[in-house]
Amino acid sequence: MTQPLAIRTENLSRVYRGKKRKTNPAGDLIALDQVSLDVREGELFGLLGPNGAGKTTLIKILTTLLAPTSGTAWVDGKDVVTEAESVRPLINMVSGGESCGYGVLNVRENLWLFTQIYGVSNADAKSRIDEMLQIVGLGDKASTKVSHLSTGQRQKMNFCRGFITDPKILFLDEPTLGLDVNAARSIRQFLKKWLAERGNRTLLLTTHYMMEADELCDRLAIIDKGKVLACDTPANLKRRVQEHPLFTISLTPGTNGALALDRLPGVHQAIETPGPTAIEVKVSLAEESAIGAVVQRVVECGSRILSLNKTEPTLEDVFIELVGHGFNDNGEQGT
Amino acid sequence: MRASIGLFLRTIAARAYPRIIGMRRQPSWVIHEAILPILSVASFAYVYRAMRAPEEYVGFVILGGAMTAFWLNVLWSMGAQLYWERSSGNLELYIMAPGSMMAVLAGMALGGMILTCVRASVIMGAGILLFQVPFAPTSWSMLIFTFLLTLLALYGLGMMFASVFLLWGREAWHIVNLFQEPVYLLTGMNFPLKVFPTFLATTAALIPLTAGMDALRQILFKAEGFWPLEVEISLLGGLSIVFLFLAKRLLAYLERLAREEGRLTVKWQ
Repeated sequence: MTQPLAIRTENLSRVYRGKKRKTNPAGDLIALDQVSLDVREGELFGLLGPNGAGKTTLIKILTTLLAPTSGTAWVDGKDVVTEAESVRPLINMVSGGESCGYGVLNVRENLWLFTQIYGVSNADAKSRIDEMLQIVGLGDKASTKVSHLSTGQRQKMNFCRGFITDPKILFLDEPTLGLDVNAARSIRQFLKKWLAERGNRTLLLTTHYMMEADELCDRLAIIDKGKVLACDTPANLKRRVQEHPLFTISLTPGTNGALALDRLPGVHQAIETPGPTAIEVKVSLAEESAIGAVVQRVVECGSRILSLNKTEPTLEDVFIELVGHGFNDNGEQGT
Repeated sequence: MRASIGLFLRTIAARAYPRIIGMRRQPSWVIHEAILPILSVASFAYVYRAMRAPEEYVGFVILGGAMTAFWLNVLWSMGAQLYWERSSGNLELYIMAPGSMMAVLAGMALGGMILTCVRASVIMGAGILLFQVPFAPTSWSMLIFTFLLTLLALYGLGMMFASVFLLWGREAWHIVNLFQEPVYLLTGMNFPLKVFPTFLATTAALIPLTAGMDALRQILFKAEGFWPLEVEISLLGGLSIVFLFLAKRLLAYLERLAREEGRLTVKWQ
């Protein structure tokens, strides 16, 4: 049976009208360009892309804050434009670095306020707030005014705000932005647990942290300049760039170029990079079993293996393969 | 239907809460929003006393000082509020939530009314004690009814302002300033409205504070009003309906514009 879709977009485009300039005679900025995506119910789906890729624009459309210029989007089967009122009770959103709330209220009061605009009963609100504050480690700050919180603590409070309304579909826009390593880790653990405990809930996460996307997402879409370049599981995406298993061998110097590893059967490519204390050899294999012959050749040549590692491709390698540049080579403003 | 009403009421209560609790947590308001206005009221009261003006004129000034607190609240805490909500990042959370934006505005208004009632009471109380003004309302029920109707019209205007000012973006700050001073003159804050020429008083009557204060003065001091009391009450009722209707329409327009142009939920625009 086909799993029901939590989110679906069809040829979704968004153009921001701007001033005409020499560099952009039309004056328009295409933030999303014909984006078609399916997110299944119960899935933790990631949108991975650099600043300005269109991730936030997509989230704003799905959360009914922004209308698409063309195309259609459905959340839980409801059109986000024509049925926005029906979509809103089902969703919530947390943005990294947001500074919402009222400084005069304490943490608990702020969270209570945001449960009320979702119609959550006071009893449910209280128990959910207590639970979430404990989870993010803000239990002792419940009575602290928001104006007295640090940036990280405020971010944790906002994270709680997204969950206390118990949304069916939650949008997380860079949720770990500005958090320390431990806090970010505990939030990632919580996300996995939350989804596991609530089978029919769906999370759509945008991030530009490769490791976070890799660790969390069931599937992810790589997005750049408003276009979806690829959409698959992290493992499948990485497999795309790992046609040939890659090993990195560190050797003692002195082989004098006699290795000729690329002439061995099963070896696709071998690149030697001499260093002051060791030679690094990157060996790409047509068949993984050829690594035995490679090790044997090294030993025969009188060299000593200092280390041997199988190199796993990262999502950044996938991104570079798809886009032609790294994540940090594009410094556009967020859209 | 019942759930919708429940959500509407919850949203009102939630948005009113920060205003009400803020009064307790920021007690410095007593100085700048109650004691300082008393000084302004006192200066006019002494002028009237020196001129041996009718005693009710001192009462006019005290009532004017108290009611002005509502006007300032409507301008600064209602009109400019959505603009500030956007700057703080709350606006998009409100738009995205199932609670209606009208309920959010109504909550802001309710919180503002409660907060300002306390401030206005302090000004009135201090004025009465200092100047021994005899307040003898012709009818308490009519007094309360007219007061509440004035607030309804006034905060309806404030709810309308909230959307308009958000559309005007950064200019909102200047517009609030622009509206503040002329209203002191147009509403007859410190003098009876009957000194105005008819056309000016009629124009000024579009501000609910004008008709409201004139009506309250008639009830409190048996003073002669610019229009009969019934006319002023009808006018306040009409203004309430018009302003609330326009507030709802503007809010819907604003939300549509926000979604289509994608600019109204962007901070600092």
